[in-house]
Amino acid sequence: MLNFFQLILIYAGVYAIMAIGQNCITGYTGMLSLCHAGFFCVGSYATAIICKVLGFSFWLSLPVAAIISGVIGFLIGVPTLRLKGDYLCIATLGLGEIIRNVATNLNPVGISQIPRVELFGYVFMSRNKWAFIILIWAFVLIFYLLFQRLLHSRIGRAMTAVREDEVAAASNGIDVTKYKIVSFVLGAAVGGIAGCFQTAYTLTVSPASYTFMVSVMVLCTVVLGGMGNGKAVILGAVIIQFISYFPQLTGLTNVIPAQAKQMIFGLILVVMMVWRPQGILGRDKFRYGCEKKRLFGKKKEGAV
Amino acid sequence: MRILETQNLTREFGGVIAVNDVSFKVEQGLVTGLIGPNGAGKTTLFNQITGMDKPTSGKVIFDGKDITGLPAWKISRLGIARTFQNIRLYKDLTAVENVMLGLHFKVGTDPFRNRFVQAIKSYMFANSENMDMYGMAMEWLAFFDISNSAQEYARNLPYGTQRELEIARALAAEPKLLFLDEPAAGMNPAETAHLMSVIEKIRSLGVSVVLIEHDMKLVMNICDQITVLNFGMKIAEGTPNSIKSNKDVIEAYLGREEI
Amino acid sequence: MGTFTLYMQYIVNGITLGAIYSLIALGYTMVYGILKFINFAHGDVLMVGAFVGLLVYEALAGAAEPGMWTIFCFFIAMVISMAFCAFLGMFIERVAYKPLRNANRLAPLLSAIGVSFILSNGAAWIFGTTSRRFPYPFENEPIHIGGVTITPHQILVIIVSVAMMVLLAFFVNKTRMGKAMRATSLDQPTSMLMGINVNRVISLTFAIGSALAAVGGMLAAFDFRVYPSMGTMTGLKAFVAAVIGGIGNIQGAMIGGVLLGILEAVGAPLLHIPNGMRDTVAFAVLIIILLVKPDGILGKNEREKV
Repeated sequence: MLNFFQLILIYAGVYAIMAIGQNCITGYTGMLSLCHAGFFCVGSYATAIICKVLGFSFWLSLPVAAIISGVIGFLIGVPTLRLKGDYLCIATLGLGEIIRNVATNLNPVGISQIPRVELFGYVFMSRNKWAFIILIWAFVLIFYLLFQRLLHSRIGRAMTAVREDEVAAASNGIDVTKYKIVSFVLGAAVGGIAGCFQTAYTLTVSPASYTFMVSVMVLCTVVLGGMGNGKAVILGAVIIQFISYFPQLTGLTNVIPAQAKQMIFGLILVVMMVWRPQGILGRDKFRYGCEKKRLFGKKKEGAV
Repeated sequence: MRILETQNLTREFGGVIAVNDVSFKVEQGLVTGLIGPNGAGKTTLFNQITGMDKPTSGKVIFDGKDITGLPAWKISRLGIARTFQNIRLYKDLTAVENVMLGLHFKVGTDPFRNRFVQAIKSYMFANSENMDMYGMAMEWLAFFDISNSAQEYARNLPYGTQRELEIARALAAEPKLLFLDEPAAGMNPAETAHLMSVIEKIRSLGVSVVLIEHDMKLVMNICDQITVLNFGMKIAEGTPNSIKSNKDVIEAYLGREEI
Repeated sequence: MGTFTLYMQYIVNGITLGAIYSLIALGYTMVYGILKFINFAHGDVLMVGAFVGLLVYEALAGAAEPGMWTIFCFFIAMVISMAFCAFLGMFIERVAYKPLRNANRLAPLLSAIGVSFILSNGAAWIFGTTSRRFPYPFENEPIHIGGVTITPHQILVIIVSVAMMVLLAFFVNKTRMGKAMRATSLDQPTSMLMGINVNRVISLTFAIGSALAAVGGMLAAFDFRVYPSMGTMTGLKAFVAAVIGGIGNIQGAMIGGVLLGILEAVGAPLLHIPNGMRDTVAFAVLIIILLVKPDGILGKNEREKV
C-alpha cells in the first residue's frame, strides 16, 4: 500500500515535470501539441545512452536531453508554427509516432541495466523510494519556480498575449511566431528532462512505453488542473497518477480492465472542456504591484 | 511635416478592389479623419498600413522610411499603434496586464544588446521589470481615468471602458502615429463626449491620430484633416468645412439625385 | 515485368488506397469547412464503422461460400454500419462539441481527443486488441489487364467510393439541404439569419461525414484488418489528404486522397523506402505541403478578418 503511494508520488513527479512543459506550450501560448511522449522518449534514451553506452554521469544527460528535445521541437515548430490554425497538433501527432517508430526500428528491445544515479557519493537505489521522491520533487519545485517566473515575466506575458489574440499581439509589437517557437522549444526541452528522471528510476527504457497515451495523459493532466496555472498542473499530475494506479492500489486489477483508466482520461478531457474548461483550480490571477507581499507570503509557507 | 504617406496603394481580393490607388497623407501632430460609407475600404487601408495585410501594389512611407509589406509587429515597433473595430483586448488578462503588453517593447529593450541576452536579462530581472512596467501601465490607466478597474479581467469591463483600455494599450507603446478604428462605435452620447476629450488629450501629447469614424459630429468637431473614401477610391480630402460642402462627398453619402 | 507496367501497377494500387483516403478525408474537410476545427475522433469513427460492418457481416453471412449472397450481405452490413456511424457522429457532436461552439479554439480540439480516446479504448475493451481479418465477400481472384493486376476487391473499393462521392456531390450541389450546408460553411451567422437551421446542418454534416468514414473503414478493413487503433494512422493520413486538397474544400478532399494514395504507393518504391516507413512518406508530404502551399491545391487563402 505504502509502496504504491510512493510509486504514485514518483510518477506524479515525473508527469508533473512533463506537464509543466506541456503547460508552457498549451497553457501559456495556447498551442495544442500532442508529442510529449516523443520528447519523453528522447529524454529517456538520452539518459540511457549517455549513462550506459557512453558511461557519463546522469547529470550530464539532463542538459543533453533538454537540448536534443529542444532541437527536435524547433525543427518541427518552424514549419508548422508559422501557419495559422491547428496544423501543429496534427504535425506533432505524427512526430510522436515517428519518434516512437524510429526508436522501435533502431532499438526494438530497449536498453536495460542502466547505471544508477549518484549524487555526492549517494547512490539512488530503486528500493529506496523516498530518496527518489525527494530527488524528483526537488526538480518539480525547481521547474515550477522557473516556469512561474517565466509566466510573470515580459516573455511569459507575451506568450499569454499570443494565446489570447494573435492579431492584437502583433499590433503590440510581439513577434507571434518567435514566441510560439520559444514556448514550444522550452516545453519540449522540459519534456525531455522528465524522460531522464523516468529512466533514472526504472533503469530501463523500452520503445513500447512511449505511446500516444502518454501524450494524452500529459494533456489531461494540464487540462484537469487548469491550463496556465502552475500549481494546478502539479495537482493534476497527482490526481492523474492516482487514477492510473487506482486498480493496483485497491487490488482490483482483475476487475478493472486496463482500458478503463484510458477511457477515464478521455472522459476527463470531454467533461472538463464542457463543464469546467478552466480546470479544477482555474487561472491564477497575478497581481502585479503586490509582488513584495507575495514573496513574503511564500517565505512564510516555506517555513511551515 | 508629413509623418505617413501611402503612394498609389492598391489591395485586391480575388478581383474585388478594396483599396484602389489611394494616396493618403497624414500630417504630424494633427488628427486626420478617414470617412466613407460602409465597405469603402477604410479598415482595409488601415490594415495595409499597419501590416496586418499586404498591399497588392503601392507603397507605404512612414517617417521617411518605406514600410510596405513589413510584418505587423515590426511596424508597431517603428511607432504605429492601432485599435480595432471589434475590440481586441486580451480578455482573460487584467486591465493593467493589457496595458503592460502595450509596453512590451518599451521597457527593457536595449538596442545595443543582442536579443538573446535581452531575453535572459528580462527573465533574470523579471520582478524589477514588472514593477517598472506596472508603474507605467498604472499611469496610462490614470490618464484615461480607469485606474480603479486595473485588476479587473478585461472581459468583465463595461463596453466604453474596454474601448478606452484598448486605446490606452495602444498609447502605452508611445507611438508617433495612432490609428483608431471606429472608436465611438456603440457608445452612448456621454461616452462619445468623453472619448472626444480623450482624443484631445492624445493630440496634446503630440501623437498624430488617424480616425475612422461614422459619427459625423465627432469627426467634424475633432479632425483637422479629413480624407473621404468611396468604393476603395479617395474622392476628397481637406478641412472639415471643405468636406462638408464637397459635392462628391454628399453624393457618396446621400446618393445621386435622380432628375 | 517492365518498369512501365510496374509503375502502372503502383498507380492502380495507389488509386485504390487513395479512394479510401478520400472517403475519410471528406469527413474531416466537411467538419472543418463548417466548424473550423479538426475532428480528431473521425479516425475512430472509421474504426467503429469497420467493427460494426464486420460484426453484421459475420452475423449475416456466417460461413457461407463467397457468392451473390455474401456480396448482398456485405452491402447490408455497409448500410447498417453507415447508419450506426451517422448516429454516433451526431451523438458525439451533440454531447462533446455543441456545448463548445462559443468556447475558445482549443476546447473542441481537446474534447475531440477525449472522444477519440474513449472510442478506441472502448473498442479495445469490448473487442480486445487482436486484429481481425475482414473476409472477402467474393472470390478474390486477380484479373490481369496487360500486365497490371487488379483484384475484385480493388474494383469494389473504386466503385463504392466513386458512387459515394457522386452521391455526395449531388447532395451538396443540387439539394436544398446541400445549399444550406454550403451557406453555413461560408458564413454561419448570416445563414442563421436567412432561416437556415444551423444546428441541423451541423448534425447532418457529422452524420454524412461519419457515414462516409464507416464506408471508408469497411473498405480499408480488407487491406489493413480491423483493430481498435486502426483509425489513428488511417485517420491521420486522410487528414493529410484533406490538407493536400485544401482543407474545407470537398472536391479538394477527393483529389487530395487519390493524390496521397498514388504518392504513397509510387513514392515508397521509387525512393526505396521500406514498407515500415511508408507512413513517414505521408507525413513528409504534409510538412512539404505546409511549407510550400499551406492552403492546399484547391484551398482558398483564408485570413482572419481584422
